[in-house]
Amino acid sequence: MKSTTKTKAPRYQGAEPPAEESWSLRLYVAGQTPKSLTAFANLKRICEEHLEGKYRIEVIDLMVNPQLAKGDQILALPTLVRRLPAPVKKIIGDLSNTERVLVGLDIKPLL
Amino acid sequence: MAQRIKKVKSSLEPLQKCPTGIKGLDEITGGGLPMGRPTLVCGGTGCGKTLLAMEFLVRGATEFGEPGVFMSFEEKSEELTKNFASLGFDLDTLAAQNKVALDYVHIERSEIEVTGEYDLEGLFIRLGYAIDSIGAKRVVLDTIETLFSGFSNEVILRAELRRLFGFLKDKGVSAIITGEQGERTLTRFGLEEYVADCVIFLNHKVDQQIATRRLRIVKYRGTAHGTNEYPFLIDEQGFSVMPISSIGLDHAASSERVSCGIPRLDTMLGGKGYFRGSSILVTGTAGTGKSSMAAHFVDAACRRGERCLYFAFEESRNQIIRNMRSIGIDLEKWVNQGLLEFRNSRPTLYGLEMHLVTMHKAIESFQPAIVVVDPISNLVAASNDQEVKSMLSRLIDYLKIKGITAFCTDLTAVGGSMERTDVGISSLMDTWLLLQVMEGSGERNRGLYILKSRGMAHSNQVREYCLTDNGAQLQDVYVGSGGVLTGAGRVSQEARERVDILERGQEIERKQRDIERKKAVIEAQIAALRVGFEAEKDDLEQAIAREVMHQKALVEETLAMARSRKSDDLPPGRVTAKAGKRGGK
Repeated sequence: MKSTTKTKAPRYQGAEPPAEESWSLRLYVAGQTPKSLTAFANLKRICEEHLEGKYRIEVIDLMVNPQLAKGDQILALPTLVRRLPAPVKKIIGDLSNTERVLVGLDIKPLL
Repeated sequence: MAQRIKKVKSSLEPLQKCPTGIKGLDEITGGGLPMGRPTLVCGGTGCGKTLLAMEFLVRGATEFGEPGVFMSFEEKSEELTKNFASLGFDLDTLAAQNKVALDYVHIERSEIEVTGEYDLEGLFIRLGYAIDSIGAKRVVLDTIETLFSGFSNEVILRAELRRLFGFLKDKGVSAIITGEQGERTLTRFGLEEYVADCVIFLNHKVDQQIATRRLRIVKYRGTAHGTNEYPFLIDEQGFSVMPISSIGLDHAASSERVSCGIPRLDTMLGGKGYFRGSSILVTGTAGTGKSSMAAHFVDAACRRGERCLYFAFEESRNQIIRNMRSIGIDLEKWVNQGLLEFRNSRPTLYGLEMHLVTMHKAIESFQPAIVVVDPISNLVAASNDQEVKSMLSRLIDYLKIKGITAFCTDLTAVGGSMERTDVGISSLMDTWLLLQVMEGSGERNRGLYILKSRGMAHSNQVREYCLTDNGAQLQDVYVGSGGVLTGAGRVSQEARERVDILERGQEIERKQRDIERKKAVIEAQIAALRVGFEAEKDDLEQAIAREVMHQKALVEETLAMARSRKSDDLPPGRVTAKAGKRGGK
């Protein structure tokens, strides 16, 4: 599970790793389904809005690397895993409900 | 394995089955679970669902060359490995050999935040990956209902489950899905609506504080199957089902005879003893020597080198050995030689069905020629008469099919009729020995008779027998004025006979002495007569000699006279006589 850098689609690759508070997010998808594309778009948007400059997104396509599903106990897709900061959190779904994503990720709205 | 069948997608082929390797289950399913299809195993908590599923998988991997994936939703892989190590399943090694893959799926609702549309593709990918990585032919999902606790959206879940079962079928794997029993449904979340091919229901019922596990095939599409509730057993060898109800009455009957261990009893049984493979019942009140009869039979069988299995429901192994030593039977020797094995248990230890399954298993593993059940009446403690009867009839049928001689003892209640058994199984028995206490003249003596013995001539006599240092001994029959004499009556009769014999012997001796005496007298008389005769004979001979001399002298004188007269007118006779005499001179 450590070698998660071998993800597909570098075009998904998010922003540069930040210095102080770093957010490591991992999005599990299965192929480029509408759901996974929606999820990635939503994630990207939320991160840009709330975590600008201090996040990193890894996208793992389980169609390509099915063996990676076991490590993070992935069942539902898409699943977003917050690896850092601890504790690990899991959010399933296409992330269309922004409020719940923020609650799930424990991000205080910037308002 | 002949049963290992290649997947054939032809609709003309009969339903292919996937052998489970579980004792008994393959028999009642007619060869195994449906191949390439999912099977639902449901039941209450602790009824053995996981074990059944795991054994299906492990046996598939080890005996049928079919690797399997175990996807656990409840127990972690390490826990599973540990739990099944006690059953002799080495999951670590099997996993290392790529024969079994364990995948623990952790679901924790509090960790899951739902934020929109999702599906369970991740589960499919994991399962598909596990199947493909070892080329699995079998899959277990234990228990997939846990998903319902993790995901609140039942609409998605049910759609995904339906897709999952379709996915399993497409993969062509034989799968077991376990499910917890619901209140009114087979499974709490209605899994049975997705698995339409085969449903097995496990039940753990407690009756009179005795728990019995039972298995029933609720449905099995496209094939005949046993429909009863079959008891099953979970022990250190895993899962075993006993298809005891499916036994028919078509066993072979041997005409070979086996000695019952008591020579004089053999004589009563047509001179040769019991039939091999028959069922023998010994009934009697307490203390009539039923177990001793059993011990004799066992001892005789072990002497012939046959294996015996002794189910004792009253005494411990050591107690039986000690007690039988007192009548000169050393059973320990046979135990040490591995010819005799004791299985001691209290009847209330578990239910009757379980007893039957246990016995069945013990018989299968020990392969005895003789099975002793001592006593069957005690089994009533575990259940009611009717059930005991049905259980025993199944046991005896089973033993007959295997050609095993069954020796059962039965304790008759004091005061009840002697010629009935508490559990009414006498009609199942081929040979029935009745032991009874004969009371009279202030003592109790043991009597034995053969109430029935199918297919052989047998003695109709009531025989007394004693338990001596050299085993049970049948006594001679003494019929007195009041019937058969037993005990002291017999002993005094024996004494009387001994006196009679002694007296008769003395009489003969006396007569023989008389003869001797008479002979001596007569011989003495003969001797005296002979002496007298000798004396007389001497006298007579002397007289004869004298007469001869006298006559000679007379002739001489006559001749001399004639010569002096110069006469020649001697009569010719005389002349010849004289001439003769003269010529002789």
